[in-house]
Amino acid sequence: MTETGMEGYNFAYLDEQTKRMIRRAILKAVAIPGHQVPFGSREMPLPYGWGTGGIQLTASILGADDVLKVIDQGADDTSNAVSIRGFFARTAGIKTTTKTRQATIIQTRHRIPETPLREGQIIVYQVPIPEPLRFLEPSEPQTRRAHALAEYGLMYVKLYEDISRNGHIATAFDYPVMVHRRYLMSPSPIPKFDNPKMDRMPALQLFGAGREKRIYAVPPYTRVKSLGFEDFPFQVERWRECCAICGSRESFLDEVIVDDRGARIFVCSDTDYCSERCEPIHSGSQAAPLREHLAAIEREGQACKRPVQFSK
Amino acid sequence: MDWMVRVEQLSKEFTLHTQGGIHLRVLEGFDLTVGAGELVLLRGPSGAGKSTLLRLLYGNYRAKGGAIWVRHGGHLVDMVSAGPQLVLDVRRRTMGYVSQFLRVIPRVPALRIVMEPLRALGVAEEEARQKAARLLDQLRVPERLWGLSPTTFSGGEQQRINLARSFIATPPVMLLDEPTASLDPVNRQLVVDLINQTRQAGAAMVAIAHDGALLDTPVTRIVEMHSYQGAIVANDLPQSCP
Amino acid sequence: MQAPSPILEVTGLTRYYGRRVGCEAVQFTLWPGEVLGIVGESGSGKTTLLNCVSGRLEPSGGTVLYHSRWGLVDLYQTPEANRRLLMRTEIGLVRQSAREGLRMRVSAGANIGENLMANGQRCYGRIREQALSWLERVEIDPERIDDLPTSFSGGMLQRLQIARNLVTQPRIVFMDEPTSGLDVSVQAKLLDLLRCLVSELDLSVVLVTHDLAVARLLANRLLVMRRGQVIESGLTDQVLDDPQHPYTQLLVSSILQN
Repeated sequence: MTETGMEGYNFAYLDEQTKRMIRRAILKAVAIPGHQVPFGSREMPLPYGWGTGGIQLTASILGADDVLKVIDQGADDTSNAVSIRGFFARTAGIKTTTKTRQATIIQTRHRIPETPLREGQIIVYQVPIPEPLRFLEPSEPQTRRAHALAEYGLMYVKLYEDISRNGHIATAFDYPVMVHRRYLMSPSPIPKFDNPKMDRMPALQLFGAGREKRIYAVPPYTRVKSLGFEDFPFQVERWRECCAICGSRESFLDEVIVDDRGARIFVCSDTDYCSERCEPIHSGSQAAPLREHLAAIEREGQACKRPVQFSK
Repeated sequence: MDWMVRVEQLSKEFTLHTQGGIHLRVLEGFDLTVGAGELVLLRGPSGAGKSTLLRLLYGNYRAKGGAIWVRHGGHLVDMVSAGPQLVLDVRRRTMGYVSQFLRVIPRVPALRIVMEPLRALGVAEEEARQKAARLLDQLRVPERLWGLSPTTFSGGEQQRINLARSFIATPPVMLLDEPTASLDPVNRQLVVDLINQTRQAGAAMVAIAHDGALLDTPVTRIVEMHSYQGAIVANDLPQSCP
Repeated sequence: MQAPSPILEVTGLTRYYGRRVGCEAVQFTLWPGEVLGIVGESGSGKTTLLNCVSGRLEPSGGTVLYHSRWGLVDLYQTPEANRRLLMRTEIGLVRQSAREGLRMRVSAGANIGENLMANGQRCYGRIREQALSWLERVEIDPERIDDLPTSFSGGMLQRLQIARNLVTQPRIVFMDEPTSGLDVSVQAKLLDLLRCLVSELDLSVVLVTHDLAVARLLANRLLVMRRGQVIESGLTDQVLDDPQHPYTQLLVSSILQN
C-alpha cells in the first residue's frame, strides 16, 4: 500500500484489528449518547496528553477519500496541529485542509470551529479527563454507579459551591452538559462559549481519551444542554471588543499582547474563520459590506482597536 | 357505680438472675376493685408490694399471672396481656401515674413539661399553655420558674411540676406513689385539694401514702398489704434469708 | 380505636458474615411517630441490624417491608435505583461518625442541599433558603453556611448530619449511636434537639445505642440484643424497670447510679 501511505505501515498507522475494536466501541458510544465506553487504547507515537485518544479515533474512521483538518485551540498552524496533520498525510496519504467547509473529518483540541458544521462531517475531540465527576468523586466505582443510576446531584453541588463562593458559576471550560436528557458528559476542555454549538449539531461528534481509555459520542441532532440553576442559568462569555483582524463580534476571541508595554489586541481564535472573513470573497455580494465594515472601524476607531496591518 | 379498675388474682414474682437466680414472690392471688370517685389507700410495711402493685397497674411491671381490667374509652383492657401500643394508649388517655420524683430532662422548661401530655392528645398550643398556667398557679409555682428547666428546682418545686404534669390531662384513673412525700405542710394542702377536686370529678384513685400524708382526705378504703408469707423462695442452692 | 398502619415491618431478618452471625431471625414492627431503641453491647449485632433495615446492607435472609408514601415496598426486592431514591427522600441515616455521613470538602450549605439537588431542586435561592432554615433549626450559626465542615466541632458535625438528613422530610430516620464521642453537655443539647424534632416532625426513629440513659430519654420501645439475637423487647420503662432476661438484668444493673 505504498501509494496511500508509508512503507511498512498499515493505512493510518493502526492495524486493522485495533481499528475494528475501536469501531465497535464507537458504535456502542453512538448508540448510547454521552455514555463512556472503555476501549483498549494503544501505544501511539506521541506521549499521553498530546491527543492519543483523538488520533486513535481519527485513524479508525479515516478513509482514502476523507479530507482531514486538525486544529489546536482553534488554530491550524500550531505545532501540534501541524504534526498530527502531517502524521496522517504520511501514514494514510489522504488530503488535508485548513478550511472547515472542505473537511470531512476535523480533529480538534479545545475548540469547536466557528463555521457551523454540516451533516456528513465528523468532529473528533481530544479529551484529557472523560469523567465529569472525577474531581468531586475520585472513586471510579462510585462515578460509574452515579451514571448508571443517573444520580447527578454531586455536579449540582459543585455549581452551588461556585455560586456561593464566586457569586456566579465560575466554570469557564469543560462545562458539564446533559446529553439526550440522560447522561452527564464532559464536553472536553472547550470554552463554555462553544457548548451551544454542540446542541443538535448536524455533524457526528466523537470524543477520545487515550490515557483514560474511554470513547464517547454524540450522534447528529442530539439534545445537549449545559447545566445551570433556574436563577443562575448557563451563560456564555461575551467580549466588549471585536476581532482586530476581521471585525467579528460573534466569535471566540484570544487576547494577544503585542508589545513590551502590554498593549493588547483581541483576535479570533479560529484562524480559518478569521481568514475567510478577510479574504476577498469571489461571489462579490459579500465583499463590499465587509470592506465597508473594516473601513468604518479604521475611520471611527470604535470599541475595536485598529486592525493590524499585515504585509501580504 | 361502675368500677374503673378491677384486679383479679394478680401475682408477681421477680427472678433475680444477678443474685444467683432467686425468686422473689411479691404478690399472689391479689384482688382489688376501684370505682369512679373512689380513693383507695395502700398501707403496709416496706417490701409488702405497694409500689409493685401500682407499677403493675400502670403496665410498668410485668405480671406472672392474673388480670388487671381497666375501663378504657368504652372498652375493657387487660393491662397484663395488652401489647405495647395499647399500654401506651391507656397511659395517654386513661391512666395517670405520679411517681415520687420528677425524672428531669435537661433544657426543657417547666411549663412545657406540664403542657406535654395535653399536646400529645392533640390539644392546641395556646389552650394547653393556659391550662398548664392555671394548674401551676393552683399549685403556687411562681411564674418566674415556668420558663426554666426544673434541673435547678428544689425537691418540692420539682414534685409539684411532676404532679401538675400527671394531673393536667385529668385521666379517669390516677395512681399516686407518695405524692406529698417531699412537700411541706402548706404545699401538701394544695396537693390534697387537687386530689379531692379530681376525685369529685369522678376519677378512680389508688394511692400510697404514709400516715397523715394525705391529711384529712376522705378515703374510701384502706387496703393493708403484708409481705407475702415465705416471700423469698430459694432456687436449688440453700440460701439464708437476707 | 383505629390502629394506624405500621411504617416498617421486619421479619426473620438474618445476616451472616461467612460463618459468623451478624444478626439472626430478628422481628419487629415500627409505627409512625415511634422511637424504637436497639440496645446491646459491642458485637451484639445492632449495627448490622441497622444497616440491613436502613437499606444499606443486603441481609442473608428475611424481609424488610417499608410503607412508603406511594405504597408498600419490599426493600430488597425493589430495584437498586428505587432503594437509593428512598434513601434520599423518605429514609434518613445518621451515622455514628459524622465525618462518614457528610462531605467534608464541601460547604455546610451544600451538604444540606445535596439531596435536594439530587432530587431535582433547581433553584439556587430556594436551596440556600432551606439550608439556612435548617442550620437555625439545629442551632448552628447561619453565618457558617459557606464554611467547610472541617472547621466544625464534633457536636456541630452531628447536628449538620441531622440537618442533611431531615431536609428531605423523611418519614423514618435511622440513628447509629448519635451521641457517642460527644461531651456530656453537648450530648444533652443534641438529645434535646432530637426529642424536639421527633415530636415536631412526627418522625419514626430506630435508634441504636449502648447508652441506656439515652435509650430511656428518647425511646418508646426497646429491643435488647445479644450475640445477634433479640433477647427481650417491650416498652422502654418495662425493659429497664422490670428486666426479665438474665442478660438484660445484667445490662441494667451495670449502669452507674448517680
